[in-house]
Amino acid sequence: MTAPNTAAGCAAPDQSAPLPAGVDLEKETVITGVLRTTTGEPVGGGYVRLLDSSGEFTAEVVTSPEGLFRFFAAPGQWTLRALSRQGNGDLSLDATRGVNEVGLNVAA
Amino acid sequence: MSRDSALVSADWAEKNLETPGVVFVEVDEDTTAYDGGHIPGAIKLDWKKDLQDPVRRDFVNQEQFAQLLSERGISNDDTVILYGGNNNWFAAYAYWYFKLYGHGDVKLLDGGRKKWELDARPYSKDLPQRARTSYTPQAPDLSIRAFRDEVVQAIGAKNLVDVRSPDEFAGRLLAPAHLPQEQSQRGGHIPTAINVPWSKAANEDGTFKSDEELAKIYGEAGLDQSKDTIAYCRIGERSSHTWFVLKELLGKENVKNYDGSWTEYGSLIGVPIALGDEPGKA
Repeated sequence: MTAPNTAAGCAAPDQSAPLPAGVDLEKETVITGVLRTTTGEPVGGGYVRLLDSSGEFTAEVVTSPEGLFRFFAAPGQWTLRALSRQGNGDLSLDATRGVNEVGLNVAA
Repeated sequence: MSRDSALVSADWAEKNLETPGVVFVEVDEDTTAYDGGHIPGAIKLDWKKDLQDPVRRDFVNQEQFAQLLSERGISNDDTVILYGGNNNWFAAYAYWYFKLYGHGDVKLLDGGRKKWELDARPYSKDLPQRARTSYTPQAPDLSIRAFRDEVVQAIGAKNLVDVRSPDEFAGRLLAPAHLPQEQSQRGGHIPTAINVPWSKAANEDGTFKSDEELAKIYGEAGLDQSKDTIAYCRIGERSSHTWFVLKELLGKENVKNYDGSWTEYGSLIGVPIALGDEPGKA
């Protein structure tokens, strides 16, 4: 195995790590951002799930201590759903190929 | 098996953190979460380092399992409570190992680490010290483990339940969407498999849905109650979650987990593959 990030397992990788060198942004649709409270504090240890256009669960990650999250999706309509000790939040977006940076807030 | 014998609630867990004979075990692929804080008194198992063979493409054998549990201080008569991240995927995988090797009393913590976190329950960074034991596993119970030839034979004959996301099932994605998509094997699913994503069985907070809701989900998806069942995903851990639901919560007989799953099947030469959203024909 020489590919650095074909992850033998299925668990979510470290969300604060930089994008792995092997990720081709011409092909990948990356949805990324920082989970924050309404007052702008980053929320570490929160759960962010990616739901498809029909609302079906697709993936879930735990935010890094800095509140970072990241998904490798496909172009199209997605919803982000956040759960945390500080509250919950939602956001819909139309993702395109490359990096899609979003802001996601939770409120009690 | 039933919900009462296979599952404990977070409330029960918090009340039994110091109960003698109850061992909490956090199981994950990435154990940095454990290192940053875990359920007080819980030991950790690393799914990759502890539960997979370091050389062969297989999980630990009977002797390795005996060594591991002895070294971690788990006895045959302990009540083992497993939990982890990723909605208990790896904890469910470990549960399946404990059953495969005949452990008497093993349960999952409903909701795993997520429910514990969202409930704002306490964590500890202390590493528990447990005296070494002499653990004796049973011979592997292969009635709950499916191998590839049996899976090929099951096409059109048994229930095949593909628990990956709809896009992975159809062949549009090769891995869950939190992972980069580059893979070597083919996409698609085993012909005649129904697609019931593992996530259908769980609530948003990671707990399992009620037995009534679960029975309805698999019934409506076309699971034939008169047939044996094999569940699979990509590497066998999400399908452990579904295996747990079907066998341990709903009490269905003859349910196997195909731990080779799509990484093995999608790399086999010459086996049939179906593309698209429909199960396809045998």
